[in-house]
Amino acid sequence: MTAQTLFSHRVSIITGHYGTGKTELSVNLALALAAEGKRVMLADLDIVNPYFRSRERRPQLEAAGIQVISSSQACSDADVPALPAELLAILENRDIRGILDIGGDPVGARVLARFQPKIVQEDYQLIFVLNANRPEVREAEHAIAYLRSIEAVTGLTCSGIVNNTHLCGETTPAEIRKGAALAEAVSRQTGIPILCHTAEVRFADAVSDLREPVFPITINMKKPWER
Amino acid sequence: MEKELWKGNEAIAEAAIRAGCDCFFGYPITPQSEVPEYMSAHLPKAGGVFVQAESEVAAINMVYGAAGAGMRAMTSSSSPGISLKQEGISYMAGAELPCVIVNCMRGGPGLGTIQPGQGDYYQATRGGGNGDYRTVVLSPSNVQEAVDFVQEAFDIADQYRNPVMVVMDGLIGQMMEPIEWRPVPKRDLPPKDWATTGRKERDHNNIINSLYMDPDECDRHNEHLREKYDLMAKNELRYEEIQCDDAEVVITAYGTPARIALTAIETLRAEGLKVGLFRPITLWPFPEEALRTLSKSDHVKAFLDVEMSSCGQMIDDVRLSVEGRKPIHYLGHAGGVMPTVEEMVDAAKAALKEGK
Repeated sequence: MTAQTLFSHRVSIITGHYGTGKTELSVNLALALAAEGKRVMLADLDIVNPYFRSRERRPQLEAAGIQVISSSQACSDADVPALPAELLAILENRDIRGILDIGGDPVGARVLARFQPKIVQEDYQLIFVLNANRPEVREAEHAIAYLRSIEAVTGLTCSGIVNNTHLCGETTPAEIRKGAALAEAVSRQTGIPILCHTAEVRFADAVSDLREPVFPITINMKKPWER
Repeated sequence: MEKELWKGNEAIAEAAIRAGCDCFFGYPITPQSEVPEYMSAHLPKAGGVFVQAESEVAAINMVYGAAGAGMRAMTSSSSPGISLKQEGISYMAGAELPCVIVNCMRGGPGLGTIQPGQGDYYQATRGGGNGDYRTVVLSPSNVQEAVDFVQEAFDIADQYRNPVMVVMDGLIGQMMEPIEWRPVPKRDLPPKDWATTGRKERDHNNIINSLYMDPDECDRHNEHLREKYDLMAKNELRYEEIQCDDAEVVITAYGTPARIALTAIETLRAEGLKVGLFRPITLWPFPEEALRTLSKSDHVKAFLDVEMSSCGQMIDDVRLSVEGRKPIHYLGHAGGVMPTVEEMVDAAKAALKEGK
């Protein structure tokens, strides 16, 4: 299944709790859409975290033809919560596929609120990323509370869940299945469909029996000692 | 126990709560703000007290007050904020008050950068405040160690009635890693019969103070502190040697550079080059004897000290331990830039070449 069918809306807004893997998903989605010949813009709107942001992958993304927009173009390390004017290009240029990588929690999602009137006029999808190994969202009830508060803060409606359960370098197919169970519980209680389960390419076959499609990813957000 | 994925700073805060932290006083600064953020949400629920102070100076003095009243008290900050706390740390050492201080280091000097750094080694190990004092300085190199050390730090502080620092570069605070909540060693701790909790049935007043009007009395007090520091140096020393048994080049590093060194060593060993890692886990006390012994080994030709510091700071302790027996090379970056695996591989090769 192609990335453009899994993530079928023009603008994908990636939200979730800290550390669920929003940035890794955003970077992989951008690269996959670009590989499918789409014009892609990725906006790094993480105003919460100072490290591990998608803008750090700018050279790799730009080499793939992806335009990267971040809050501080001149200085990627500034912790100034300023939003880039170019963000509007994603919302106004309907020829491009846009990915908005949002900082963790409702706090991080607040950046979207001022663009809400524009976003709702577009073909957008607010995507809630789940990682069953994050203690604060591993119970369906708590995950749903996060999801609802992100919706409340942004004024947008969530219409897709992505199970991105991992344990960094210690991920196993069993971890992905644990996340699938959580995603199913959240989906059942909210009626929001599961778009896909992410799995590193090496695990994609081992979890191919899951009911929903698997989106194969490669790890781009590496730590300095990781190869 | 099942592993969970935690962000370093949040894990540190949770670890402190699990260790029975009663009071947290803090002030936000990147890259450690998740510690007070997590504390503000979770410590009150656990029955503790969280206060966002008006400044770092206020926060450390609130720690002084709470610790004096026998509470398990903690503060955290990042480099420039830790500088502001130095007076308070000196006062607490003088007044013999236990507390835990976390420094999630960023690049300096001054405001520097919000990216990770290790330029506060001198400050942590030599004492940034005035007077003759020491603090045990624990330096984790991953989130699991950070969680374990923070829990142990409260016991160490209470055992010696002394501030304990947990010092790590910003990367450890900011990164996500799988951890488990494993039991940490618990100590038999003396009762806090010195705390200012009201006189009640006691026949004397407890007084918390670091001022001595009589110089002889102050001299005796310092002698008492020195004996305590000797005990801390003897009992609390921690370090790790990895593949040093046959190493021709020994990398000395702590925190994130030590982690990067492991990948560099793997690469070098795959090429048949004998390189090992000597990692101080306590920066004070420094594992001087162990490093001295290693430097006397015939197979060791050279040392390579790697730090996130432009001039090198820990390298002074490496020099004091090696005592000129072997050449000591240096690789360092400051200002938030981390040394890479490739740089370490190249530097180790150069050290090896020169050492032969």
